[in-house]
Amino acid sequence: MQNFLTRAMIVVPVLMLSLFAHAQTVPQSSETPSKSSETKEHKGLPPICQGDNRFNCASAKVEGTTDQPAVDSWGRPVTPPATGQKSAPAPKHDISGTWQVEGADEFGFRILGVFGAGAMPSDGYPEHEPPYTKEGLEAYHRNKPVFGMTAVPAAQTNDPLDKFCDPPGFPRDDLHRLDSIQLLQTPNQVVVLYPRDKHWRVIWADGRELPKDPDPTWDGYSTGKWVDNTTFVVQTNGTDERTWLDNAGRPHSDALRVEERFHRVDRDHMQLTVTLDDPKMYTKPWVALNNQPFRLMPPDFTLNETRCSPSELANYDSLVSTPIVK
Amino acid sequence: MNDRAVFSFIAFLALLFASTHLSAHHGNAAFDATKEVTVMGVVTEWIVANPHSLLKFDATDDKGNVVHWVVESGAASVNQARGVRLTKQLLKPGDKVTVTMMVAKNGQPVGRIHRLVLPDGRLMVNDLP
Repeated sequence: MQNFLTRAMIVVPVLMLSLFAHAQTVPQSSETPSKSSETKEHKGLPPICQGDNRFNCASAKVEGTTDQPAVDSWGRPVTPPATGQKSAPAPKHDISGTWQVEGADEFGFRILGVFGAGAMPSDGYPEHEPPYTKEGLEAYHRNKPVFGMTAVPAAQTNDPLDKFCDPPGFPRDDLHRLDSIQLLQTPNQVVVLYPRDKHWRVIWADGRELPKDPDPTWDGYSTGKWVDNTTFVVQTNGTDERTWLDNAGRPHSDALRVEERFHRVDRDHMQLTVTLDDPKMYTKPWVALNNQPFRLMPPDFTLNETRCSPSELANYDSLVSTPIVK
Repeated sequence: MNDRAVFSFIAFLALLFASTHLSAHHGNAAFDATKEVTVMGVVTEWIVANPHSLLKFDATDDKGNVVHWVVESGAASVNQARGVRLTKQLLKPGDKVTVTMMVAKNGQPVGRIHRLVLPDGRLMVNDLP
């Protein structure tokens, strides 16, 4: 009897909660009472994760999922990173390797920058709003992103990436859904391989200066130098002001200067700090990534192909984006 | 309903309560992000694509009408982290699937997959934006 009562104590509240469920547009379906999910999963998450937007956000812990071993995009098992071992010291003047974003962000995503620059996401916290100039704020309000506090439906966006499959450009390369990168080194270059659209970016490390008045390009012009044995600092100018800084629609002008600071902590760990300086759009420099940790992946790790295909995007828009805003 | 059936039901609900749901390449502004809906249906087409893979399936509503669903999943490159790759062989027309998703605010049968139970019982979690 006690067993029955215990079970009843579970059943009754569950059934009461189910009364809050709305009618279904399609039967053969079941709906989860969302209040429970909100309090259980989203406590402590930013404002953008609360209320009607709570399913915007993931949780670092996903229950009831598969426990199958990870495989790469070719179906090969992925060698798990070594754990529980003390890493060897960082080698001198060497950041080569494949590096994966470590840990989950504050929204629960392992990928970095879903809601905007990793250190300054558009999440409803005032302290995460960049220091706009008047011109910068006007430019920001002209942009219609599909993520962040000013998000619009995909069919109404003017994000050049989401609307046309334009290249992210730099520094959005670093700030847009970053998952992993591969760094290659030659005697006079560091080359960054980005999975996004499978493109690369050259950082000159031969002592040259940045161009004084560069014509803009998607990724700009980058030079770097070692400031100590384990820290490589990169300066970039000449970026294309048509591109956005991040998923949240933060703008930049042709005056943008970007500093990237790659610091290899030890053999297996690296940190990346990205600082943006654009006096036309922002009243002072601001930090977009702040000591973002990365972990060195095994040598057999494969970067995934992540392309934006214009024809497939058009098909997606006709089947999904457009019908749901009619 | 016997005890075992009651507990199966409770376990099912508990799993749904505890589960999380995740955003995709595009934001959720046109989707009802306050609830999840679970629909069982039969696959009519599976399109592996970038930036989104798309699943078309048919389900019958309570009036006996066949509803043609279009639901989006992650890009072709994602999901392998949980052991389920979005390959072209993953699904074929005629496969029976159970889709848990958020759906369009305007009532169109369009959704964004949170979880998908495959014909072989495996669970695919759409956990990457």
